[in-house]
Amino acid sequence: MSKPALIAKAAPEAPRPLLAKLDRVSMQYASGTLALSETSLDLAQGEFIAIVGPSGCGKSSLLKLISGLHPAASGTVTVDGQPVTKPIDICGMAFQNSTLLPWRTTLDNVLLPLEIVAPHARQMRRNRSEYEDRARAILKIVGLEGFERKYPWELSGGMQQRASLCRALIHDPRLLLLDEPFGALDAFTREDLWEVLQQLWLDKRPTVILVTHDLREAAYLADTIYVFSPRPGRIVAQTSVDFPRPRTIDTTYRADFVDLVHTLRTKIARH
Amino acid sequence: MSFLNQKALPWVITIGFFAVWELACIVFHIDRFILPRPSEIAVEMVDKWNALLINSLQTFYTTMAGFAVAVVVGLFLGMLVGASPTVYRGLYPIMVGLNSIPKVAIVPILVIWFGIGTIPAILTAFSIAFFPIMVNVATGLATIEPELQDVLRALGASKWQILRKVGLPRAMPFFFASLKVAITLAFIGAVVAETVASDVGIGYLMMSASARFDVPLVFAGLLVIALMGVVMYEAFAMVERRVTFWATRSSQSAS
Ligand SMILES: Nc1ncnc2c1ncn2[C@@H]1O[C@H](COP(=O)(O)OP(=O)(O)OP(=O)(O)O)[C@@H](O)[C@H]1O
Ligand SMILES: [Mg+2]
Repeated sequence: MSKPALIAKAAPEAPRPLLAKLDRVSMQYASGTLALSETSLDLAQGEFIAIVGPSGCGKSSLLKLISGLHPAASGTVTVDGQPVTKPIDICGMAFQNSTLLPWRTTLDNVLLPLEIVAPHARQMRRNRSEYEDRARAILKIVGLEGFERKYPWELSGGMQQRASLCRALIHDPRLLLLDEPFGALDAFTREDLWEVLQQLWLDKRPTVILVTHDLREAAYLADTIYVFSPRPGRIVAQTSVDFPRPRTIDTTYRADFVDLVHTLRTKIARH
Repeated sequence: MSFLNQKALPWVITIGFFAVWELACIVFHIDRFILPRPSEIAVEMVDKWNALLINSLQTFYTTMAGFAVAVVVGLFLGMLVGASPTVYRGLYPIMVGLNSIPKVAIVPILVIWFGIGTIPAILTAFSIAFFPIMVNVATGLATIEPELQDVLRALGASKWQILRKVGLPRAMPFFFASLKVAITLAFIGAVVAETVASDVGIGYLMMSASARFDVPLVFAGLLVIALMGVVMYEAFAMVERRVTFWATRSSQSAS
């Protein structure tokens, strides 16, 4: 684990090994919609990237592609040096819509990945209470203490989103795919959770792809921001973010931060 | 107030139904060999309670046995058909064809194979009850939201794990809804088989009573059948509410 550089340079020191690589990838749905066209993207291990772009441009589709949930129509997706042909098992994913299972309590929903993913699945029965404590702890961090026994349909939209985030994180995935994880939250809760996510990233250094509509969120959290064109999505701009970490809400009021957000905004508007 | 109505309504209607029946028989001087009054049927039920009990226990037993087999077979075939469109397409014509055959028509065949008595009743109950179970389980599995499956696929889950963690729980409301229907159908199947080919059971009791023109006893048998049907339906409705509350939750349910 490299120590977070106090002032990261635009060009990172030694190039970190790649975790994922998209090479001129296109993606098409069965209905014929071309969601992505000729997208290329390198994702270094431990990197935090943000994807922004207009609605319907193919951001969620990109996550489905990298996780192996949907095959590429052309081009290659590589994760860990292996071409992706089926769903990979190193990722934690928070979907855009609530996908909590309605027959499970919040706690059991958060525990779900541990019942599936490799080392945990075998120890689940034996270490159940330990794992439950872990789930409770992470639910507490996002402010859901006391809701462990509630069912998803008893939670508000924002609470469901936070529970989904916990489910994505619980098994310490090496690759974290977050699809607008804070979209349904009020500004204050959202900013609190930026801090939580940043801290988690600094502690464990997973590789993160964050899809968001919030340019401040992207600038606050990411190393690199990719701007997508309208559908079919292509990368039209790529910006490194150099603010030292840990970033704070104060950072977001710095002149250069405001400038960055402004620049991003014009890039999206122009396409 | 409206809560009281909700609770009382079924009782009021049921009692009203029998009251109207009783009154109609008295007012129109209907002969007890055509349509006995409910009070006469009640007296008959008390008089013949022993025969009614023995025979309804037999019917209950054949119904439950046929129903149990139907649950196992229906669940299994439903999973098979629901999980694989190929199996569905392959089995579809045979399944629909078999289900279209009136079950009374197979009783004589069952008698040739197994003789008169319990086995044909069980098999008839089974054959009529398993179809709705199979169809419902298959529907439940086939209509799972792809998003829910993706949650597990994204974790690298196997087909079997997806079936266990998402498919089956998701199909449970469908399964339990079908049980209510299946138990009443099984009951009908058992009684039908008994009327044609048995020497015991409520169906047989009614047949032999009608041969003796013991009309009140025939109606007593009918009433016992209806009563058992209501009880069994309600029992499974209760199980359904318990197990699949998450699917039938109402927007105003307080918790
Ligand atoms: N399951 C699907 N089947 C067919 N077409 C789809 C499907 N999912 C998405 N699409 C189409 O693919 C395109 C890209 O969708 P995608 O969900 O990736 O957009 P997005 O960038 O995530 O948008 P948003 O910001 O609104 O979430 C859209 O035009 C959409 O209509
Ligand atoms: Mg999306």
